[in-house]
Amino acid sequence: MLTRIYEQVKPILNSFLAGLIGLAVGAIIMAIWGYAPFGAYDALFTAIFGSFYGFSSTLARATPLILTGLTFAIGVRGGIFNIGAEGQVFMGALAAISVSLLSLPSGIHVLVAIIAGAMAGAIWSLPPSFLKITRGVHEVISTIMLNWVALYFGMYAVVEWLGDPQRAEKSISAATTSRLPIMVSGTSLTYALFVSLAFSLLIFFLLWRTTLGFELRVVGQNPAAANYAGIKENYSINSTFILGGLAAGVAGALQIIGHPPTYALYSDLSTVRNLGFDGIGVALIGRNHPIGVIFAAVFFAGLNVGARTMQITAGVPLEMVRIIQGVIIIALAAPELIELSNQLLPAVRNWINEVKAS
Amino acid sequence: MEFFTSFLRILVISLNAMVPITLAAVGEIIGERSGVIDIGLEGILLISAFTGAVSAQATGSPYVGLLAGIVTGFAIGALHGFISVYLKGDQVISGVGINLFGGGLIAFGLIAVWQTPGHHIVPASARMPKIDTPFGGISYITILTLVIVFLVYYLVSNTKLGLKINICGEHPRAADVAGINVERIRFFATVSGAMLAGLGGAFMSLDWFGVLTKELAAGRGFIALATVVFSKLNPLLALLGGFIFGFFDSLGVWVSSAAGVKKYIPWQFILMTPYIVTLLAVAGAIGRARFPDKLGEPYQRE
Repeated sequence: MLTRIYEQVKPILNSFLAGLIGLAVGAIIMAIWGYAPFGAYDALFTAIFGSFYGFSSTLARATPLILTGLTFAIGVRGGIFNIGAEGQVFMGALAAISVSLLSLPSGIHVLVAIIAGAMAGAIWSLPPSFLKITRGVHEVISTIMLNWVALYFGMYAVVEWLGDPQRAEKSISAATTSRLPIMVSGTSLTYALFVSLAFSLLIFFLLWRTTLGFELRVVGQNPAAANYAGIKENYSINSTFILGGLAAGVAGALQIIGHPPTYALYSDLSTVRNLGFDGIGVALIGRNHPIGVIFAAVFFAGLNVGARTMQITAGVPLEMVRIIQGVIIIALAAPELIELSNQLLPAVRNWINEVKAS
Repeated sequence: MEFFTSFLRILVISLNAMVPITLAAVGEIIGERSGVIDIGLEGILLISAFTGAVSAQATGSPYVGLLAGIVTGFAIGALHGFISVYLKGDQVISGVGINLFGGGLIAFGLIAVWQTPGHHIVPASARMPKIDTPFGGISYITILTLVIVFLVYYLVSNTKLGLKINICGEHPRAADVAGINVERIRFFATVSGAMLAGLGGAFMSLDWFGVLTKELAAGRGFIALATVVFSKLNPLLALLGGFIFGFFDSLGVWVSSAAGVKKYIPWQFILMTPYIVTLLAVAGAIGRARFPDKLGEPYQRE
């Protein structure tokens, strides 16, 4: 019984351990450059949990990360290493701004913007899917290349097609009818959070309660078995890409219609950059599970939000958190971290005892 | 005539732009032939560009900087090799982590060392000298890269060690039975590949650009991965691929300094071309590409 529970919670323990390793390595690097690690972490965590404002900001930041985390998680479940969320987010955001040029009643306009974003993200996921199925091009290469193409395309579109006539550095803002209401005034937390959560539950249902989801997971786990069972592998791969693209596209749309105060893109796309890449870490820490992704997104978002405070009060550059996130993922690459530490701890204890004895 | 000089200028820039992509790609070929995939090339390029610049400036010698870049490659390769080969971890995830770590470290380092959030110019005293031509400077490392490519080609196709590396990727069990230490060979291949990427990173900050920015690598690590696919694991074809991608890369650099072209094509679309060309080249080239049978799979002894 106990071992069964242990098997169940082991992945979660593993994620926690990886988090601790990340923070420890971060502390070492800070110490090397003469920063005070404990002061920095104190500032970081106070910023996240110390105030209602901080926590609201964390949830606001988590909103798109849940979705980009889902993109990667769905990919892994379907046997694809989809790191194209970054570009798909840009496309979703552009689409959401574009449809704000329409004039529609408020409720419908929100829906249209989300659907437009989702479609744009899905369309941007089709070339990698097509290239993988027909030409065998590995998705890591195709999605990364398309991320760069989307970045420069977005920079062009924001200035040339969707530019704000009054302010050259940003696009036009989403129409007031397509904006999601603010949940906590003074923060950027809007009802977009519930769109993300709903999408997460939808993916959970789809993966574990539908035939498509079942087939997708079989292809991801064992393509040979899937083939033997008569599952169409190409169809499943394509579905995996499209579902991921939908999620990332919605993330892009929400960063426009649910992101006060600007409700717009800047010409350098700064407000939507790195969301896709952070999603990879979110999915890995969340064990590629739609529910795990929600908690992991809050953790990642907290690091991002807290980093700003850390920079101001402790003087540590906010890029520190990217180092920590990188270390966490490297630690998660070694699958049996827990097992390893179980083996190491007694060894260390023995060593200490030996040192004491001598 | 003017066209001819412009062409030669682009050619010279291409010879420089070729270096980081080719070095990283050729290094990756050694690793992939042994069965270990390392998608952390982008991270290695970034970190070694940073450590190279720091060491070169601290000592005033670009050669120490280059060495630091190689040592950095060694260290990251050893980490990736340890996780992939000995811990039987997930090679792709480890690579993703290294990329994220690298992006963070260079951005953090720029502020921590030089108090600049974006852009640090490496002083001339810490930069590599160049061979002057009327069309721009050519780096000595460009020549070194050509030598390395041929050495690696000789290594993987004509030596006993190369044979061992290939068997470890194709059929690690057979290698094991034949008394080859699969783990040691794979670890060695991964580390030496990463050292070449490290040299490529230091080249960017100390030689080619002479500048350190957060996005110095700009996807070149991934273009190198694409080059590996394009090359079908042949170092000589990787050189060709590196040159082609370098050419389109430098086209953007050249156009950004020539006002005439910008009128007709927006700069955003010019900067897009290396990535589109890469994608098309990989899509067109693949077909017959054959990768080692056990690429990406840890070897588990029974």
